[in-house]
Amino acid sequence: MEGEVKGAEEFRPKILVFSTNNISDLGIDLAGSMHMHYPPTVYTISVPCSSGIKPSWILHAIEKGFDGVFIAADGTDCPYLEDCTDRTAKIAGKAQELLKENGYNPVRLKMAAICSVCAEPFVNHMKNFYHTLKQLGPSRKGEVKNEKI
Amino acid sequence: MSKRKIGVYICHCGGNISDYVDVEKVRQAIEKEEDVVVAKTTMFACSDAAQQEMMDDIQQKGLDAIVIASCSPKLHLFTFRSMAQRAGLNPYQYVQVNLREQDSWAHTDDIEGATEKAIRLVRAGIAKARVSKPLEPIRVETEKKALIVGGGISGLRAAISLADMGIYVFLLEKEKELGGWVKNFSSMYPHNRSGREIIQKLVEEAKKRERITIFTEAELIEKGGVLGNFQVKIRTKGEEINLEVGSIIIATGFEEYRPSEGEFGFGLPGVVTLSQFKKMVENSQGELRFNGKKVNTVAYIYCVGSRQREGNTYCSRYCCNATLHTAILASRLSPSIRQFHLYRDIRTYGKNELLYEEASKLGSVFLKWSEDQPPEVSSQNGHLRVRVKDLLTDGEEVEIDTDLVVLVTGMVPRDNQALTEVLKLPIGRDGFYNEIHPKLRPVETVIDGVYIAGASQGPKNSYEAVASSLAAASKVATLVLKGFAELEPQVATVDPEKCEWCGLCLEACPYNAFEKVKHGDKEVAKVVEALCKGCGGCVPACPVDAIDVKGYEDATIKSMIEELLAGGEG
Repeated sequence: MEGEVKGAEEFRPKILVFSTNNISDLGIDLAGSMHMHYPPTVYTISVPCSSGIKPSWILHAIEKGFDGVFIAADGTDCPYLEDCTDRTAKIAGKAQELLKENGYNPVRLKMAAICSVCAEPFVNHMKNFYHTLKQLGPSRKGEVKNEKI
Repeated sequence: MSKRKIGVYICHCGGNISDYVDVEKVRQAIEKEEDVVVAKTTMFACSDAAQQEMMDDIQQKGLDAIVIASCSPKLHLFTFRSMAQRAGLNPYQYVQVNLREQDSWAHTDDIEGATEKAIRLVRAGIAKARVSKPLEPIRVETEKKALIVGGGISGLRAAISLADMGIYVFLLEKEKELGGWVKNFSSMYPHNRSGREIIQKLVEEAKKRERITIFTEAELIEKGGVLGNFQVKIRTKGEEINLEVGSIIIATGFEEYRPSEGEFGFGLPGVVTLSQFKKMVENSQGELRFNGKKVNTVAYIYCVGSRQREGNTYCSRYCCNATLHTAILASRLSPSIRQFHLYRDIRTYGKNELLYEEASKLGSVFLKWSEDQPPEVSSQNGHLRVRVKDLLTDGEEVEIDTDLVVLVTGMVPRDNQALTEVLKLPIGRDGFYNEIHPKLRPVETVIDGVYIAGASQGPKNSYEAVASSLAAASKVATLVLKGFAELEPQVATVDPEKCEWCGLCLEACPYNAFEKVKHGDKEVAKVVEALCKGCGGCVPACPVDAIDVKGYEDATIKSMIEELLAGGEG
């Protein structure tokens, strides 16, 4: 299941972060404003709300070559949806199913609420996730058995 | 899709970006991208000259989309949208790429990595620009009414100003009485006028105005709706009232820093806070006395609760001035009084410098201490002694026997958790409410139609607080007096070909922003644009993928993902 890790020394996992315009993007901005470092292979796409992310986008990102996707969720700070935490969690759950069905390890998707001042938690998440993905190796189809029933 | 004409501008930000990102390399990497007809670097994209150049390019080269790779969109999204509009380009065909907060500043340790990231981010921006469509803002009617939370000097002044512009104001005060902190102040700098009198006058003026409705012992407990038309619920004296307002100003003020027991001797008799000392000076008949005994010596310790290494790292602004002003008053009461000011830095900015000069002339002595060696306060047989290493005399150790030690305490944010949750207002690192931009949008918040004023935003003296409250009042007036507001057009849209009305979108939408309409022979969902917030909560709920949020369409996101991964290092 782990598979072999080729070129592990040079392997720099690429992480796609889905952030939100009003909340988590501000936390990520703050990390930069404070010159807190995290790997430069972390890329952010901002959307209005984390409950508007399609599971198919997450699969698309992994299929096209991202090694991990991180949802920087609005959590309870969401200005739009009171139940945003539950909704985003559901989306993450569906996306993980989708990853499994397509032969990808579901741990390549991670989600955490990142508030508008959560600079340090964000940076820590990135470092830890980067480390996890590094151990896991590059994403590849068939790394887990297709569990579609 | 027919060929696009995209202009790409990569900003140095005067070194903030270009010190860590090779902007010329980025430019070269993307200039050959499909549809890119202009690719330039610029020292400051936000400068007038750079904006003019972009406008010329838009007009002369007929650009139909632009990408500006500079700072966070939180700063200049509107600057550049308005520039695009002035040049005749639809503002939604401009894409902002964040190369500063999310690239150069986060990767100051890795120029190569930051440059590669920049190339990929700009490519994704180009992808987004390529599929961008012109959008028109959605108009909503605005109520000519405002809610002000907080009836201190800021809230009162804003209320009067709004009423005089013809706007109805609901003024909420948590306490029994209006006036906040200032109602308890006597002589205030720089004019020596009494805070009590200023507040009395403002309250009188407010009560004179029919358009102002005052609620005391009142709080805001619910907020719904959008700018122009908020539905709020307030609780006052056990009663709940529903109101409709076009806009909201938050002017909830500050809390005084409370030193902890033992902090610079706090708790010892004779060790008082600045506000306690101000009260003593105010209540003095003739010479200054403490516990019946004449006060011959006062030692002030500055920056208590401010500029801390951990905790309150900010400067509280007002305290140096207020202390020197009080010292002048004390000198006038007791001309022979000896006053020692133990400071880290004195910030009597602007015309308050005159306070420093006057206090010096009246005999105040200044000693400077280092953060690493703070003054020590002790008590022996009921006598206070302060020991300090004075940097002005090359670190000489000075012992001062004193009758009073005044801790110059700063401002801290109020504990407003319930209100913050109702409004969903972001809080800054200092714990105060956060503006969008301290210079460019100083009283606006990320919540459209909700403004912040006074010391709720950060330490301010009373005239700075009033300046910001008047700024907030004029923002409210520009919003509600026009009679309508323009909302973001980036709302959801349904593809009627794909939609087979199932109602799941409506179920997913707390704003009821869907209606059932006929489309040919079938029934489909349609978005009610004025109600839609553009959050996209309905998007993953649709079983047939028929819903997109404009600007965040399925195709847009997927092509951005692909471009982030495309090619090598360029």
